Amino acid sequence: MAHFDHGAAALLPLAVAVPMLGASVMLALGRHVSRLVRDLFAIAIAAGVTGLSGYFLAVASSGRIVNWVATWTPLGHRSVGIVLEVDPMGAGIALLAAGLVTCALIFSLRYLESDTGHFHLLVLCFLAGMEGFALTGDLFDLFVFLELMGASAYALTAHNIEDPQALQGGLNFGIINSLGAYVSLMGIGLLYAKTGVLQLPLLGAKLAGHRPGPLVIAAFVLIFTGLLVKSGVVPFHFWLADAHAVAPAPVCMLFSAVMDPLGVYAAFRVYWTVFSPTIAPAHARVAFLSLGVATAVIGAVMCCAQRHIKRLLAYSTIAHVGLFFCALGLLREDGTAAAALYAAGHAGIKGALFLLCGMLLDRYGNVDELHLFGKGRGSPHLGLLFGLCGFALAGLPPFGLALGKALAEKAAIDQHLYWMVALFVLVSALTGGAVLRVTARVFLGLGDRPKGDAEYRAVGTERPPAQRLQALPAAALSAIGVLIAGTLALGVLPGARDAAERAAAAFIDRSGYLANALGHAGHQLAIAPSAPNWDLRGVLLGIASALLAAGFAAASCYGRRILVHVPALRLGTRAVLRALHRVHSGHIGDYVAWLMAGCAILAGLIGLPLR
Amino acid sequence: MKGLIYFVAFFLLIIGAFGIARSKDLVHAVVCLSVAQAGTYVLLLAVGYQHHASPPVFGSPASRPTRDVVDPLVQAMALTDIVVSATVTALLLAISIQIAKRNHSVDPDELNAVEG
Repeated sequence: MAHFDHGAAALLPLAVAVPMLGASVMLALGRHVSRLVRDLFAIAIAAGVTGLSGYFLAVASSGRIVNWVATWTPLGHRSVGIVLEVDPMGAGIALLAAGLVTCALIFSLRYLESDTGHFHLLVLCFLAGMEGFALTGDLFDLFVFLELMGASAYALTAHNIEDPQALQGGLNFGIINSLGAYVSLMGIGLLYAKTGVLQLPLLGAKLAGHRPGPLVIAAFVLIFTGLLVKSGVVPFHFWLADAHAVAPAPVCMLFSAVMDPLGVYAAFRVYWTVFSPTIAPAHARVAFLSLGVATAVIGAVMCCAQRHIKRLLAYSTIAHVGLFFCALGLLREDGTAAAALYAAGHAGIKGALFLLCGMLLDRYGNVDELHLFGKGRGSPHLGLLFGLCGFALAGLPPFGLALGKALAEKAAIDQHLYWMVALFVLVSALTGGAVLRVTARVFLGLGDRPKGDAEYRAVGTERPPAQRLQALPAAALSAIGVLIAGTLALGVLPGARDAAERAAAAFIDRSGYLANALGHAGHQLAIAPSAPNWDLRGVLLGIASALLAAGFAAASCYGRRILVHVPALRLGTRAVLRALHRVHSGHIGDYVAWLMAGCAILAGLIGLPLR
Repeated sequence: MKGLIYFVAFFLLIIGAFGIARSKDLVHAVVCLSVAQAGTYVLLLAVGYQHHASPPVFGSPASRPTRDVVDPLVQAMALTDIVVSATVTALLLAISIQIAKRNHSVDPDELNAVEG
């Protein structure tokens, strides 16, 4: 792979610097200009970064882009410099982040009316953090960008400082994520003590060939704890739903669509570049798959048990993060490619759903499914889009999300892991079915009218009637349209699968990553023969999940009629749900205890098979 | 001796986390987070420390150090870490103050705005 494109390499730091500079300008001048100027300025910056990331993706697909900042190049395998190293996967997720930030800003043209410019400022800082996180090849920088991303995200979550729920969600989010990041930093310190370097490629080179001692395993567990908190993997996931339920809709969209997948991306980036030569895939696989399965199952069950639509979507994100983890956790090229497409498709659909939720909130003042029962009949357009997204989330072809799901199932079948196919179908049907249930209840008024209206409790951001929107703003609708169309394009455009497979091959190619970082040309990767996007089995499994999702939706709308006659089932379900609700207590102390327990579980999962 | 320093670092991290878990006051919880982070400072500085070494300060780039110096990289990391800590602590304290204003309580046991 050739990588001596100095033009692109010189531009790499701009992806972080431009949004930071934009944020500074906004801080200095924001209050002196009108709202429209602020909007357009922020959109221009985000669109510029999107263009830049697109350029990186184009260049990186013919070879990694490497920039040793300020030319502090390594001497042999030693270095004190900072490296930015970009392969197609990194550039792709950077492009996704910038593109979604642009969409979020366009959506908020009409959102958050009373605003002093802090929103744009924070979103630009958030963008800088995400870009740096995606592009860096340095472990300590990964921590710094994790915290930059985090600090802006905490502030964005608690942006509405008059709302006690937003404050509590933001605080939980901040404490858990920061604690996770500090735990990661302990691991980074241990690795540095062992190897004397911080660059991902050099770390891998130093650890290669050694049996993993207790120090390396401890470092692995500690570093992964912080990254898993960011991804929202069970049992580190508790903050996620709290934060998503209360943050403004465009912010939720960024969290769900790209921030959580970025955590997954970083976890596997660190695994492949640093730990894969010492903790072999055969050993690590058990740990990744167990975490993935637990996350997918708990996410899907909790998703179905919600009535607050934003929380429902948040748990659906957790379920999908579990599925990404399963696909990536196969630790093979095909699973990695599938997860990349799956995450990109999920970003579009989940982003659109959160924005639709924001419009629902704008129009009807809250997002409680039972409270809104039948009230959405007046907005058929919203209902149509909601239903479409529900089917797409369940994996209906030809959306990009379904393509990723089909490829992941294929990868699982190739490994004879048939239970994983069932897991993919079931979890995507449950999460899609929950969205379809919301559509049926809110927009069609189907099923039994819920009796729970009396116990209605103000959950999530309430909005007084005076501030409610009467018409659907065109800018917001266009942002939603772009997201859905993008996901559709991903599944329909020929070559999407080939591109993802090439990106995955580069992502797991540790020796090429190291060689390019040191300025050598890596070996030529074998290019798989070009394959069509879809095969019959994938399409059939996709349609099956979509039908199953519709079945789940119908069952949950009319289920009470059946459940009344089966008391054992009803009581069992109620007991399980009550236990799960109790665990998700919203109490920061419980969350920290779970974090420590998760750390121990991870240590057991990774350490015991290596004994 | 070195083992003891590493023990102190992890002890600070764990006691900080334990403090948050048992906290009855949000300000206390945020300070406990800072205590947990102090563990990372101790670890980073311990990693770079050497006996009888001087601080990593050189006159000019050309002048070769005549004796051992402690590792400047971990010191730079610790400094960055302190900046991060200041930002996060300030932000979380600001949120805590706002919670106190809105809820008239800073006891996590009495906050139940988000649940299940």
